[in-house]
This record gives sequence, structure tokens and C-alpha cells, in this order.
Amino acid sequence: MSAATVDRGVSRPRRRGTSERGDRIAYALLIPWFIGMLFTLIPFGISLYLAFTDYDLLTSPNWVGLDNFREFISDPKAATAARVTLTYTFVAVPISLVVALGVALLLNRGVRGLRFYRSAFYLPSLIGASVAVVMLWRSIFGYAGIVNQVLAWFGIQGPGWTTDPDWALMTLVTLSVWGFGAAMVIFLAGLRQIPRMYYEAASVDGAATVRQFLSITLPLLSPVLFFNLVLGLIGSLQTFTQAYVFSGGTGGPADSTLFFNLYLYIQGFQRFDMGYASALAWVMFIVIAAFTALNFLVSKRWVFYDD
Amino acid sequence: MTDISAPAVAPRTSTRTGLMRRLRSTEGYQEEITGTPGSRFLRHVVLIGLGLVMLYPLMWMVSASFKPSTAVFNDTGLIPAQWDFTNYSSGWSALEYPMETYLYNSMVIAVLNIIGNIFSCSITAYCFARLKFRGRKLMFAMTLGTMLLPSHVVLIPQYVVFSKLGWINTYLPLTVPAFLATNAFFVFLLVQFMRGLPMELQDAARIDGCGPLRTYWSIILPLTVPALATVAIFTFIASWNDFFSPLLYLTDQVLFTVPLALRQFMSAQGASQWGPMFAMSIVSLLPVIAFFFIGQRYLINGIATTGMK
Repeated sequence: MSAATVDRGVSRPRRRGTSERGDRIAYALLIPWFIGMLFTLIPFGISLYLAFTDYDLLTSPNWVGLDNFREFISDPKAATAARVTLTYTFVAVPISLVVALGVALLLNRGVRGLRFYRSAFYLPSLIGASVAVVMLWRSIFGYAGIVNQVLAWFGIQGPGWTTDPDWALMTLVTLSVWGFGAAMVIFLAGLRQIPRMYYEAASVDGAATVRQFLSITLPLLSPVLFFNLVLGLIGSLQTFTQAYVFSGGTGGPADSTLFFNLYLYIQGFQRFDMGYASALAWVMFIVIAAFTALNFLVSKRWVFYDD
Repeated sequence: MTDISAPAVAPRTSTRTGLMRRLRSTEGYQEEITGTPGSRFLRHVVLIGLGLVMLYPLMWMVSASFKPSTAVFNDTGLIPAQWDFTNYSSGWSALEYPMETYLYNSMVIAVLNIIGNIFSCSITAYCFARLKFRGRKLMFAMTLGTMLLPSHVVLIPQYVVFSKLGWINTYLPLTVPAFLATNAFFVFLLVQFMRGLPMELQDAARIDGCGPLRTYWSIILPLTVPALATVAIFTFIASWNDFFSPLLYLTDQVLFTVPLALRQFMSAQGASQWGPMFAMSIVSLLPVIAFFFIGQRYLINGIATTGMK
């Protein structure tokens, strides 16, 4: 790749400040990057090929055309997996963002002990996807767990959150919201960039707090909100560890936590149907790419760059 | 932020002080406390309440790790009615290998990942941020593009390659990618940081006869230490918590990492071993929490920087 780029440009006029030698040194220093990129791009292509094959790792891939995608459309488990993942994403991401923004606004008003609060809220986001915390979540939401004990104080008999298919996914949503701290830290940094004089001017003009939030904070924070939204969506759609540990790798109860990536893992690495798993991976890729593209398109309408 | 959609690679010396201050500052916030005493009090009430709700599960787990397994769900108090310190010793040796085996394995992988990411990502970022060569914008854009690529899309072919290479049940699939600058997020973070370093330093080095590699090693790398600390801490936490890759590539118990080992408390031991399970959960979280407290300013400043310009 590097050699091709160097050869092609030999006779072209050079930009000022660059040289053949400089190019070569940079390309040499980028050798790890080149290998890494090849190791990403080539598998990317191969997985597209495998999506059109029947492949079990032991025998060579067998071309089956669109069969895997036909199977996907008529596979009720795949539909369940898509529904579970989308439900989770569309519930967990907005709630997390609203909580993160709310707490960031509160902290940005200035409080004594800001550092302490920020740490306390940020720490959970670092361990939220760890096996230990997912197992903890299963326990505190268990039938005799602390959540039901607290509900019992108010005379409410809580469900078996982890065993009831209607509630298991919501249990994982709470775990996701528990990790709002990462987005909160980004919001806080964004809030700090908003010049204070805007608010002073608004106060002079008699704008109330709500008005200031809607007319100053929200527009100027919109790039950061957009950043958090895109990252949150991409991350949520790829949830795996939480679902695997929570359900012991099955996606239960009754497939209610059968996340798309978990289903992909089951197909690819438990049933060794790697062709179908590759097709699932590409469906996932296309959905994420579509969401991201849509986000960028829609962002032109609501994200405001103050440049 | 704008860089994600349109990478502008030109060195921007004007932002250097701002960015460096942001990554280095111990306390980036101007403490200006607003509101009446009443509203300030209310703010604290809300924040403390929320903090308690957030941290209660962790406190409960610490408490449960000192309770007899039978009392974990019956003894509702945060202070155990009956202390049981044997959870730690029995949990430590409850699995096929003692816990130190898994801790050691996780540590080896984490250290290799830290070394790999620090060097490969920083040299790559140095090229993108400080050198001029053809294809730079495109290559940097490709790097950013891989951030949007779900890892599962490349997973199966990568697994096939690793298994054909005989790398299953070795640490190679878990560590070699770190040496190949495959973490676009870190490359991006370091590029942002290095762009902020004064260009004059590099010009002076060149006049003194420093080549690009020497400049990287002697000038840029030492100045990038705050950002490298961010990379190291994030790498440690991600590697330590990683469950999926070890699950995929390690089947031999003696090679298991802490998360893989921990999961066995849930499947193998059934529901009766709550005490030892929570004790070992605490053990598994302690290194992350320790790293968090040691390096939280790098974490918070680092994560804040990625959301900015």
C-alpha cells in the first residue's frame, strides 16, 4: 500500500515542506498502523464473503448465495434479538443522556465537593460492563434482592426481575443508566466551554433560567449532546457482556435478553454456523451505519456549531 | 468534535495551551457557586441522595462479601450481623486454580496491552499530527472510520485467522492487536494532544539535526506523558474488564483471566456460594478502583477532551 502511493506520485508537483524522504520515513513509522489497518479491512471484506457462504471453520466455505439473509428474515430468534437490542437501545440511551445532562447541569451550577460527586458518579461507568457488577446486578434484582426489599417497605411485592421475561431487559436498562457518568463528564466539559457572558447578557435582558437553558445552554451544548448520542447508540447496539453474564449465555429468560451480538455469538461460536453469523454481523453493521448516517443527516437540523 | 466529520490535520498552535491545560489541570473548574443558600442546600440533598443510590449496590456487595452465604439475602443491614471472613479465603481457592493465577494472567495481558497501545498509538499519532506526507488525511480519516465499525463485523474472519495460526489458547490474539495501533480512539486522543504542542520545538530539533524518529522519542514523547497516562489507564481498565475476547480465545482454565474465572462462580457453584462470589468480585474490582483513584484526573480530562474540538 505504501509503495503504491509513493510510486504513483513521483512525477507530480510536490507540496511545499514534503519530500520523498519525509514520506518514506513517515510510512516506515506507520508500519504497525498499516498492518493493523490491513488486519481490520481484510477481515471486513472476508466477513462479507462469508455472509454468502455456509462455513463451519473445519471445511472450506460453500457459496450459498442469499440463503443466510433469507434465513435471517424468516428466523424468529433473529427478529427477537433485533427487537430486544433496539428496545434496550431506545430506552437506555435517552434515559442515560437525560440523567447525565441533568446531573451535569446541577454540578455546573457550582457545588462544594464537585470533585467528590464527579468521582462518585463517574466510577460506576468504568465497571458497569464488568462480570462482577453484572453478577451483582443479578443479585440485587433477584427475587429476594435489595430492590424488592426496598419495595416491600412501601408494601409493594416486586416481581422476580431477573426471572420474569417482562422485566429482565429493564433490569439491564437500569445497569446501563447506572453508567451515565461517562456522558456526564463530557457534558460537564462542554458546559464549561459556554462563555459565562452569554448568561449575564441574558439575565440583563430578563431571561429566566428555563429560557436561558433552552436558548443558550441547549444550542451551545448540542455538538456534545450529538457526540454522546452517537457513541451511546453505537455502544448500546453492541451490548454483549451484560447479556451473556446476566443470562448465563442463553439470552433468557424466554429470550428476553437475547441481544443481537449474543445471538451472533451463539450462532458463530456455539453452533459454528459462521456463514450465518457473518450475515448477522453485516446486518448489524448496516443498521449501525444507517443509524450513524441518519444521525449526521438529522444533526444538521439541530446541532449548532458556534464557530 | 468537528474533527470527526472533517479531520483538519493542520497544526493548530493556537489551541495548544488550552488543550494542555485541560489534560494537566488537577481541577479544571472555576469554582463559582451560584444560587441562594436554600437552593445550594437542596442541590446537595439531591446530589447526596443520587450518590447514595449509585454507590449503594457497591457498598452492599462489600457488606455481602463479609456475610455468611446463607445470610446474604436475609441479613438486610449494611453492617453484617455476623461477620464471616472466610469468604475471601474459600473464594480464593474455590475454582480449579487459585485466584492468584487468574490475577496474574489478567495482569500480564493488561501490561502488554498498555505497552503496545502506548508505543504503537503514539508513533502513529505522531505521524498524523506532526509529519507531512502524502495520504495523511485519508489515512487519518480511515482510522477515525474504524471507530464506527462494530467489532463483530471483523470478528469471525479474525477468529479464523487466529485459529489457523494456532493462536487459540495463547495470549497473542488478546495482545498483538494493541501493538498495531488498532485502537482508533487512542490514536485520535493522542493526535489531538500532539497537535497542541508547539511546532517550534520540532523546528528547533530539526535545525539541530534531529530526524523524525529522534524528535518523536526525545521531544514529543516526553511532552505527551499526560495523554499517555490517560491511554494507559483506559487500556488497563478496558483490558482488565474485557470478557468477550478471552471468552472467545481462551478455553484452557490455567490461562483464564479474572472475568472468565469469576463467571464460574455463577455457573459452577450455583446459588449457594454467594459470600465467596462477592468476595472474589470485590477482589476483581479492586485494581480498577485503585487505578481510578490514582489516575482519575487523567481519565476525566481525557474523556472530556474527546468530546471537544
